[in-house]
Amino acid sequence: MAAGEQKAGKGIGVRLPRKEDERFMRGRGSYVGDIKMPGLTDVAFLRSPLAHGRIVSVTAPDELAGRFFTAADIAASVKPIRAVSGLPGFKPSSQPALADGKVRFTGELVAMCLGRTRAEAEDAVAQVVAEIEPLPPLADFAVAEQPDAICVHEEWSDNIYLETRIEKGDRSRIDGAAIEVEREIRLSRQCMVPLEGKGTIAWWDTRLDQLVVYTSTQLPHMMRTGLAECLGLEERQVHVVAPDVGGGFGFKCVLQPEELCVAWLALTRKKPFRWIEDRREHLVAAANTREHHYRIKAFADAEGRLLGIEADVAVDVGAYSVWPFSACLESAQIASILPGPYQMPFYACRTRSVATNKPPFMPYRGVARTGVCFALELMIDAIARQAGLEPADVRLKNLVLPEQMPFTNITGKLFDSGDYPESVRRAVETIDLASFRARQREGSDDGRLLGIGFATYCEQAAHGTTVYAAWGIPMVPGFEQATARVTPDGGLELRIGVHSHGQGMETSMAQVANQVLGIDTDRINVVHGDTALTPYSTGTWGSRSMVMAGGAVSRACEIIRERALAIGAHLLQTGKDEVELVGGRIQGQGGSVGFADIAQAWYKSPETLPADVAPEGLEVTAGYKPMVDSGTFSYATHAAVVAVDPDFGSVEILDYVVVEDGGTLVNPLIVDGQIIGGVAQGIGTALYEESPYSADGQPLASTFVDYIIPGPCEVPDIRIVHMETPSPFTAHGIKGVGEGGAIAPPAAIANAVNDALRPLGAEVAMTPVTPHRLLAAIAAGRNGRQPVQS
Amino acid sequence: MKPSAYRYARPSSVAEAVRLLADSDGGGKVMAGGQSLGPMLNLRLAQPELVVDITGIGELASVREDKDGIVYGACVTHAAVEDNRVPDAANGFLARVAAGIAYRAVRNRGTMGGSLAHADPSADWMTTLTAVDAEMLIAGATGERRVALAEFMTAPFSVALDEAEFIVGIRIRRHSPAARFGYFKFCRKRGEFAEAMAAIVVDPAAGVSRAVIGATDSRPIVLPDISAYLPLSPERLEAAKAMVEGLGIAGEPIKDAMHANAFARALQQVKP
Ligand SMILES: Cc1cc2nc3c(=O)[nH]c(=O)nc-3n(C[C@H](O)[C@H](O)[C@H](O)COP(=O)(O)OP(=O)(O)OC[C@H]3O[C@@H](n4cnc5c(N)ncnc54)[C@H](O)[C@@H]3O)c2cc1C
Repeated sequence: MAAGEQKAGKGIGVRLPRKEDERFMRGRGSYVGDIKMPGLTDVAFLRSPLAHGRIVSVTAPDELAGRFFTAADIAASVKPIRAVSGLPGFKPSSQPALADGKVRFTGELVAMCLGRTRAEAEDAVAQVVAEIEPLPPLADFAVAEQPDAICVHEEWSDNIYLETRIEKGDRSRIDGAAIEVEREIRLSRQCMVPLEGKGTIAWWDTRLDQLVVYTSTQLPHMMRTGLAECLGLEERQVHVVAPDVGGGFGFKCVLQPEELCVAWLALTRKKPFRWIEDRREHLVAAANTREHHYRIKAFADAEGRLLGIEADVAVDVGAYSVWPFSACLESAQIASILPGPYQMPFYACRTRSVATNKPPFMPYRGVARTGVCFALELMIDAIARQAGLEPADVRLKNLVLPEQMPFTNITGKLFDSGDYPESVRRAVETIDLASFRARQREGSDDGRLLGIGFATYCEQAAHGTTVYAAWGIPMVPGFEQATARVTPDGGLELRIGVHSHGQGMETSMAQVANQVLGIDTDRINVVHGDTALTPYSTGTWGSRSMVMAGGAVSRACEIIRERALAIGAHLLQTGKDEVELVGGRIQGQGGSVGFADIAQAWYKSPETLPADVAPEGLEVTAGYKPMVDSGTFSYATHAAVVAVDPDFGSVEILDYVVVEDGGTLVNPLIVDGQIIGGVAQGIGTALYEESPYSADGQPLASTFVDYIIPGPCEVPDIRIVHMETPSPFTAHGIKGVGEGGAIAPPAAIANAVNDALRPLGAEVAMTPVTPHRLLAAIAAGRNGRQPVQS
Repeated sequence: MKPSAYRYARPSSVAEAVRLLADSDGGGKVMAGGQSLGPMLNLRLAQPELVVDITGIGELASVREDKDGIVYGACVTHAAVEDNRVPDAANGFLARVAAGIAYRAVRNRGTMGGSLAHADPSADWMTTLTAVDAEMLIAGATGERRVALAEFMTAPFSVALDEAEFIVGIRIRRHSPAARFGYFKFCRKRGEFAEAMAAIVVDPAAGVSRAVIGATDSRPIVLPDISAYLPLSPERLEAAKAMVEGLGIAGEPIKDAMHANAFARALQQVKP
């Protein structure tokens, strides 16, 4: 289709407004916090004031009896969370629901109290006295790695969850390389800050003999497994519902100790209990992420062709391994994806996942890729500067070429399809590199320095069984299933096991069904988020839902189509081969029937159907797995133009371009929204968001006064250019795109800043690029030093 | 993050509010717009026994003009100043400052009195109203007293008010038409508190040539006479920066340079 042309209808490829926006835009969503129940008791937690310590005693006045609980009450019946990785050498951690004997990060749950309101529960918490004997806090991975460091988990011999080494290709190729650049590159710890925090309500359903847990999660079926395991229940006894969820971003992929506590209360007291995370709890104790540290060397020939990459990477994983993704998903990914979309003859990488006295590290939109892209793309620009080349040209020299697709890269990743260099060329053209360089030479009239930056990545998404089995985490995704049911009045119900919390799946899944069956999307309901109503699924993560659940919806609808054709042909008194499905109607020689007629016949007057009609009828559960399950590879080039104010160290983004290829786009409007949202988060990582810790492990950003997220004025208009190379391996050629927007902005923006700083001999290499860091870099540049990253 | 229990009163006169505060034995806390007090209550940084909401006192939301000045009721909101719903004693300067405070939702409720009483060193009014030498009108058990704003703030988040006192008004001298103003603040994000700020008032008719540097770790720094740097030249600009850097306000070179640069930007706005 020509650019700008609108596709008609309501099927795949149409920019259909989201069905769910009717309720969301009018404030009529229904979140955990909106649920009201008689007798609902609020829960508040006493959290550890220390990063590391031994619990001597936790006591409360007698009047709190029955409203105050510690590990002594629950440890016997609630198993600790243990997310084990199958990777050799991995050391598992045990995370108790309430701290048992020791506290390992500031904010860890020490006790819980009940109240008729949250305020009353907090009043009770204020009366609890915890005596904790301090232990030396490990607030930074580098401290935790010291040979004499105390162990976060005393049963361990050091603070390393896992160390991995990988070496591929021919090491001799880097000998005597014309260009050798080395950098120390860091991403700060940050938070995810979805609009809605975490929240859980649980009660006991006597009739069904079930623990019912309404929780703000991306993966209700996995939570059911996790809760059942830790609480010693059979899974049939646990019913998990994820109602409307206000953003997840990976945080809500993880079983939380708070969920266990609330569930235990409901289980043991057979009454409803609730905990709603507040923003301080979120910023201090939850959703920590991104903290990577790279020492990285890149080797290239004089023309900027990559000869090799050698990296030593530490991930500061914090105190516990989160379930189900484990403490090592991030480092395992780093090792396998650091070469990015490039070809290189040599690659070596060592990774360590280091335990510290900080909250557990969780996977955040983009997962390891945001850090990897930041490190690698800064190196590409460093090579370009050394070689005296345009950074975009260095990318073009090294990217995998379209004629090589499908391409197996140096770590064995199978890139499915696409034209990576074209994304760079289009970004160069759209942002107008040539005019920018002219403008940059002239200089700005307000004393600000102008810079341009690019970042290219490819993003493995919807990774399936083989990939996750190799990473050895407790949850390996397999087939994905969906149920399709034609309703008696000719509408359609889809039931999917993944969860939609901002991705617009209630619309896009309906579009896939519409593509196959022609039923109007207004007449299609997408049911999700309830273990009792939907097929089992590992849930929404890894940009997998559209590929996997979309594929399953497609398969289920194809089966419905065949059965509808058979019934339709009968009603039209003709053979099945004589009819076809056009525009939602079964057409034959003599006329046509719609789904309402077919459903009428099937459900209400089956006597009109032939005796040999398939008894499975108009309800189907179908499974799906892509032909090749190692994942789809979306890719993009981001380009940013920035103005740096050297007086204050501020960065303004003047222009931002995204050229991306997500395969077949089911709904380009939704994809645009995903990209814009992701870029906004990426801008946060690049310039604003940081969860700093003091040397004794105290969080220094505990409210939005100190934790800064970009607002409307900080996020410019984002110009998006789509390319569409279908994946050869998936239904409809769909690729995963949900996370992509958040991957490249830190790299593109930092590269732009470094381009601007070039005349000053200064360079930044740490997120977020705060005014202070930027001014420190300028000062270091003035003194001819390499900036120290801190 | 929910407040501990407190009683709530919404008096309709200054006298009643004073009495409520006096009777509360130090357990009372005034609430105006609630934009700073609300979060403090939620974080339990403030745990008053009684909250005295003064927004029901009609006169506190109004403005009184006298011969050479304007008294702004303590509950005049930032938005009312921004929208010119009240007269501007500083020829539009106040409206400009107001428009840059926080976000509109905060400005709709946040008040001049509340901001000054809260005494955040990075707040806009503290620095800019010190620059225009505002005077605080304070009601208490023994009647009304006045104090210069420059003397009002004693330390970060502390002001010279006793337990039964509160701000009823802010008096600002009417500036001459020839008065010139400069104001610059640097914020990491639009609407957030400033990292560096400087305000300048030059009113030859009143013999004023004053600058105030805010967003320090404590009280704003008043530079009573900056006439040596005006009219501005490149050399004077450099000298002005060096002077502020020399003050060592933050005791840390990067932050000190930010203060100096903010001062320089404010100076550049002062038209000859
Ligand atoms: C997100 C956000 C961003 C902000 N950004 C900025 C900014 O950029 N610049 C800025 O200057 N401010 C900023 N603020 C603060 C805002 O301007 C507040 O409105 C102001 O600080 C307090 O005013 P208030 O009327 O809401 O006072 P309240 O919150 O009601 O009270 C604050 C304190 O003052 C006391 N108090 C209130 N009125 C009186 C009185 N008349 N006499 C004695 N004591 C009194 C209260 O007891 C309390 O201790 C921001 C606030 C928020 C929430």
